[in-house]
Amino acid sequence: MATKTLSPKPGAHFRITLPPLSGRLRPRLITVCTALAAATFLLVAWAVSMGDFPITFTEALRAVVGIGDPGTLLIVQELRLPRAVVGVLVGFAFGLSGAIFQTMTRNALASPDMIGFTQGAGTAVVAGIVFGWTGTVSTQVLGLLGTFVMAALVYVLAWRRGTTGYRIILVGIGLQWMATSATDYLVARGMQFQAHAALGWLTGNLNGRDWSQALPLAVTMAVLVPAALALGRLTRTLQLGDDVAIGLGTRVQFVRLALLVTGVGLVAFGTAAGGPIAFVALAAPQIAQRLAGTAWPPPLAAGLTGALFVVGSDLAAARLFSMELPVGIVTGVLGAPILLWLLIRANRAGSGG
Amino acid sequence: MTLHSVPELQAGGLQLAYDQRVVVDDLDVKVPPGRITAIVGANACGKSTLLRALARLLAPRKGAVQLDGRALHSIPTRELARRLGILPQGPIAPEGLTVLDLVTRGRSPHQTWWRQWSKADESAVHGALAATGIADLAGRAVDELSGGQRQRAWIAMAVAQGTPVLLLDEPTTYLDLAHQIDVLDLIHDLNRNEGRTIVMVLHDLNQACRYADHVIAMKGGRIVAEGDPADVITAENVAEVFDLRCQVTTDPVSGTPLVIPMGRHHTS
Repeated sequence: MATKTLSPKPGAHFRITLPPLSGRLRPRLITVCTALAAATFLLVAWAVSMGDFPITFTEALRAVVGIGDPGTLLIVQELRLPRAVVGVLVGFAFGLSGAIFQTMTRNALASPDMIGFTQGAGTAVVAGIVFGWTGTVSTQVLGLLGTFVMAALVYVLAWRRGTTGYRIILVGIGLQWMATSATDYLVARGMQFQAHAALGWLTGNLNGRDWSQALPLAVTMAVLVPAALALGRLTRTLQLGDDVAIGLGTRVQFVRLALLVTGVGLVAFGTAAGGPIAFVALAAPQIAQRLAGTAWPPPLAAGLTGALFVVGSDLAAARLFSMELPVGIVTGVLGAPILLWLLIRANRAGSGG
Repeated sequence: MTLHSVPELQAGGLQLAYDQRVVVDDLDVKVPPGRITAIVGANACGKSTLLRALARLLAPRKGAVQLDGRALHSIPTRELARRLGILPQGPIAPEGLTVLDLVTRGRSPHQTWWRQWSKADESAVHGALAATGIADLAGRAVDELSGGQRQRAWIAMAVAQGTPVLLLDEPTTYLDLAHQIDVLDLIHDLNRNEGRTIVMVLHDLNQACRYADHVIAMKGGRIVAEGDPADVITAENVAEVFDLRCQVTTDPVSGTPLVIPMGRHHTS
C-alpha cells in the first residue's frame, strides 16, 4: 500500500512508500514536467501540420503513426516529423546537459556552450568545411570529435589533485575563446561559399534535418538520459560543496567524472545533429529551476524546457518571418535577455559574477 | 536516540601536507570516545588540517587515521559517512535551498536508488529539526536565515546524518556572542543527550575550557599539551602556544579556567 505523509512545509513534497521502495514526490515539479511535455507535444503536432502544404491536426497525428494518403505520409514522416524530432531531442539534450554542468560546478554560467564544448565542435566543423574534408567525413562526426577533444582538454587542464567546479569554468572559458578565435580565422581565410556554409552551421540550424540526424541522437539519448537522471540523485550532495559532499559519503571525483562523460555525450550528439544552438543549455535549466521552484536545476524539467524552447523557436523562425531563419538566431534573441538577467542577479548576490 | 557503539578515533605517525608544504609532522592523537574534544591553537598551527585529516577530507602523506582499528582510507566513503560526520568551516548552501532540503541531504549515506525516503529518514530529519530547535524554519531558505539559525540548520544536517562521531570546524565563526553560546550549548546537548563523540576546532579558549572535556593545544603542527582543560590551559601553556602573556583565573560561572590576556600595556 502506498502511504502519503505531509512534510512540514505543506505542498513542498509528499513521502511515498511502496516497500521496499520509498521516495519523495514534489507535486509542483510533477505539474511543471507534465505541462512542459504536453506543450512540447502540441507544438510538435502544430509544427508537423503547418507549412506550404497544410495538413489538419488530426491528419498529421494519423500520419505520424502511419495512416493517411502517400503524399501526406511523405511530407509528415520524411520532411516535417524528423525536423521536429531533431528539435525535441537536441533541445532535451542541451537542457539536460546544461543542468548537469550547472549543478556540478554550482554555477549557472557553467553550461557547455559557455565552457567551450560547442565551440570546439564549431572549430572542427568549420575546419572540415574550409579544408574540404566534408566529402569524406560528415559534419556530424566532425562535430562529435570537436566536442570530445574540447571536453578532454578542459578536464585535463582543469585537473589538479582532482578537479573543482571553479577551475573547470575558468579553463573552459579560456579554451572557448581559443576555439572561437580559431573558427573566426578559418572563416576569414575560407572562400565565400565556404564561409557561408560555416556560418549557417555555426548558428544552429534545423533546416533539412532528416532521420539520419535524428536516429544516432535518439539511440545515444536512450542510454545517456536515464544515466543522467539516475546520477541526478548523487548531485544533491555536490550542491553543498565538495567537503560536505565527501562527508556525506559521496565519491566526489567519480561522480563528477560520470557527470562529465554523460553531459559531454549529450551535448556532443546534440551539437552534431542540430549545430550549436545558442543559449539553450544555459537558459533552459535556469528557467526550469524557476518554474519548479527548486534551488537547483531539476534535470528532467530542464530537458523538457530545452525541448520546448528549441521546437518553439524553430516554429517561430519558420513561421513568423517571410524567410526560413536558423533556429539559433531565435533562441539567441530569447536567450540573451535571460543571460543578462542572470548576470545582473549573480553580481547582486555576490556569487558567480 | 542513543548511539551504542563507542567509536575509537585515533591517528598515528601522521604527516599532513598541502603540495610540498608540510603542516603537521609525526603526530599521534587519540580522541576520547563519548566526550567533547576541542582543538585550540594560533592561526596556521595545523588544527583545521588535523580535523580535515580525521574526517578523511585530507589524505595523510604518512601514517594513518583509524576508526575502530580500520584505516579511514580503507573504509568505503559511504560506510564511513554513516559513522563519522564532518561540518566544514563556513559551508555555503545553494541560493533558495530550504532548511528541510538541507537537513534531508544529511540522510544521503543511508539512502539507496530504491529507498530514497524511508520512515527512518523522515524521523531522523524531524528529530534533527527538533533537537536543533528549527522545526518552524523548515520551509525557509537557508540563505535568508540569520547567521545563528543558518549554523543550526547545518548542524541539523549533521545531526540527521546520525553518526556516532561528529567533527566540527570552527562552528562558532562569524556568529555574535549570544549565538556562539547558543551553538555550543546545542553541541553540548548532542553529546550529553545522545552520547555522540564530538571533536571541534575552536578559537575561543574560554569557550573551549567551558564546553570541552578534553583540550588539544597545538603549535607549529605539534600537540603542545592535551588533557583536562584545567591542566592544559595554564599561563605557561598559553604563553607557549599563542605567544601571549596572560593570567588564568577561574570562570565564576562554570569553574573552568578563564584566560585573561595582558598585552603590552598591562602588567600583573
